[in-house]
Amino acid sequence: MTKKTKEPTLDFTTDWAYAPAPEDSKHISLKKQYDLFINGEFVKPNSKKYFATYNPATEEKIADIAEADEKDVDNAVKAARKAFDKWSKISAKERGKYIYRISRLMQERAREFAVIETIDGGKPIRESRDIDVPLAANHFFYYAGWADKLEYAFPNRTPKPLGVAGQIIPWNFPLLMAAWKIAPALATGNTVVLKPAETTSLTALKLAELIRDSGLPDGVVNIITGAGRTGAAIVNHPDINKIAFTGSTDVGKMIQKAIAGTDKKLTLELGGKAANIIFEDAPLDQAVEGIVNGIFFNQGHVCCAGSRLFVQESVADIVIRKLKDRMETLIVGDPMDKNTDIGAINSKEQLLKINKYIKIGKDEGAEMYQSSCSIPNKGNFCRPTLFLNASQSHRVVQEEIFGPVLTVQTFRTIEEVIEKANNIPYGLSAGVWTDKGSKIFNLTTKLRAGVVWANTYNKFDPTSPFGGYKESGFGREGGLNGLMPYLKF
Amino acid sequence: MARLEVLKTYKIFIGGQFPRTESGRYYPLTNKKGEVIANICLSSRKDFRNSVVAARGAFGGWAGRAAFNRSQILYRIAEMMEGRKEQFISELILQGSSSKSAKEEVELSIDRMVYYAGWCDKYQALFSSVNPVASSHFNFSVPEPSGVVAIIADEATSLLGLVSSITPVIAGGNTCVVLASETKPLCAVTFSEVLNTSDLPGGVVNIITGNSAELHSHFSTHMDVNAVIYCRADKAEIKTIKENASLNVKRVFINNKENIFSEKAQSPYLIFDVQEIKTTWHPIENIGSAKGGY
Repeated sequence: MTKKTKEPTLDFTTDWAYAPAPEDSKHISLKKQYDLFINGEFVKPNSKKYFATYNPATEEKIADIAEADEKDVDNAVKAARKAFDKWSKISAKERGKYIYRISRLMQERAREFAVIETIDGGKPIRESRDIDVPLAANHFFYYAGWADKLEYAFPNRTPKPLGVAGQIIPWNFPLLMAAWKIAPALATGNTVVLKPAETTSLTALKLAELIRDSGLPDGVVNIITGAGRTGAAIVNHPDINKIAFTGSTDVGKMIQKAIAGTDKKLTLELGGKAANIIFEDAPLDQAVEGIVNGIFFNQGHVCCAGSRLFVQESVADIVIRKLKDRMETLIVGDPMDKNTDIGAINSKEQLLKINKYIKIGKDEGAEMYQSSCSIPNKGNFCRPTLFLNASQSHRVVQEEIFGPVLTVQTFRTIEEVIEKANNIPYGLSAGVWTDKGSKIFNLTTKLRAGVVWANTYNKFDPTSPFGGYKESGFGREGGLNGLMPYLKF
Repeated sequence: MARLEVLKTYKIFIGGQFPRTESGRYYPLTNKKGEVIANICLSSRKDFRNSVVAARGAFGGWAGRAAFNRSQILYRIAEMMEGRKEQFISELILQGSSSKSAKEEVELSIDRMVYYAGWCDKYQALFSSVNPVASSHFNFSVPEPSGVVAIIADEATSLLGLVSSITPVIAGGNTCVVLASETKPLCAVTFSEVLNTSDLPGGVVNIITGNSAELHSHFSTHMDVNAVIYCRADKAEIKTIKENASLNVKRVFINNKENIFSEKAQSPYLIFDVQEIKTTWHPIENIGSAKGGY
């Protein structure tokens, strides 16, 4: 249907429809039930409890996942501690070769990982296939090379591994976050107890199988599954030397507080509410693509999502019109379809949270706009959503929604937009769109954020440090800086 | 008739000015014999909060200074310290140091200032990188100051601990609020006077005197403080600071392991502690079939 507005609009009415282009899922191997990966083998949980993991696009159950209790966590930590003695002493060159192997195996099984990631998490197969899985494999490959070169990374220092690292990761990039955590920890000679998020355990468990097949010594990587209680048991375990957490700012603060009386080292990669700033001299069509990629990539389940759009007043009308037109063309639906742009919201719980914020936004008086696209009757889906005329004090502007919801504010001067962009407790990322180089450098210098994308957005690479300022956390993942949180000097 | 000596009033240093504590409170500082040497400001939470306002106000300007300019200002501080050397030494002696160790502490403090003056425009090259990303982008990472840093300085020394904790923080473009040694506060007040005559903008360093047991929780709960550096050994205070830091994800550094008289107590890595790494991406235009010019 064409929307009736006074402005000239594009007519999307057509007899042509996209034919379904489903990715094949027959080649993957999944078990009905998954146990805990401790000391190189899959073991039944002491808790004897299992929880189901669902496909968020179909609401069908995929498998049962073991729930680790305190005893299971303790077993995993003991295995990691025992393995640390040997792992930290084998030659760095050999350590690197093990990690290279993991990377290569992941490349070989890439499609299987991509399909499982999409089935379990709801993200479009195009993203898991082209972004998540290749980046995860590349991350292992990159850090493998660091293992025997650490003394070059920190002049005048003698780096040493910390010991056992407890790592807790979120559900938005399940395999990629596992890679971001495990690869630098291994390269620096630490051993690992990793817990994936409870709604997306499968690719981490497939990674456990891959690690077992790679011949990595037993206990160097332990992968245990469960929810908040399991995570708390890891955080509070007395024989863990390092906690690395990616997730919400609320939980990050709880972790920081919980380990206050200990010598555990900590890195936190927490929430964000990034400003994506469009100047009047920006290439507007590219900027609109950047806005769409900034907020609708991975259903907006991205800590660095460009969720606050700032458009210079002089071009606000045209940018918003182009943005609405572009949103009309986005395909929301089956994540396994290769044409799909926006897949399923990761869980029922998250969909409820997003819908709650959409209601808050409307109640606060911002003007809501949603694409008129159809969404499947079954499964967790959300239309791409804008809030126009949002103001700085609105909760939808201040709080992280973690969904396909974009607030739109306008500005006149550079000073004004810097002030507004920085006036928030978060500081993970930001975007700037302008054709003027000096303006870019002015902005990127003054924005208080750990990653700034200029004339691009949501780009990631193993060589590129990622992490936040202020309440978005501390420590970096990726690049040389990503080694530091796993070493003592 | 003997001339009557003019005694100094020891005040605190906030926003480039020398107020007394707003609380009106003081504590008597005594020498080894138990004689009162001076009345020292017993600073309050309000003094600390005023200092944070001053430090936040000074942050943008100080972080935005050319690194070379910061370098010159730190060197100027060292020059001013050299000129006040005898005063620092006599204050240290007054607070119980031998004349030999007093001289050693003052000289080392001045040299440490010069050491960090040199780092101001060099640590960036050490901690920056151009990152060879696989996509068609130019990508680089640089360190930037964390913001406002609250420091609880070493208790055992009057000058060296203060200089060792403040200098790497301001060399990196941060601003700070510092609690001086409670039992040896005299050099901190004199050091403030040095800072005030060294072209250091007001508010970059704010120094208050008082009691850590009273103030450490305020240092760590303040929502406009980005990092806390604690240089003492009290385990309970360390735990409280780390717990409170979680309120706004402050960075916390406990610097009490190294002997501050040793070479190891000065390092660019101490500058790096209160830096954030910022990574910037920009596309590189890939024009159709154009080949490189090699």
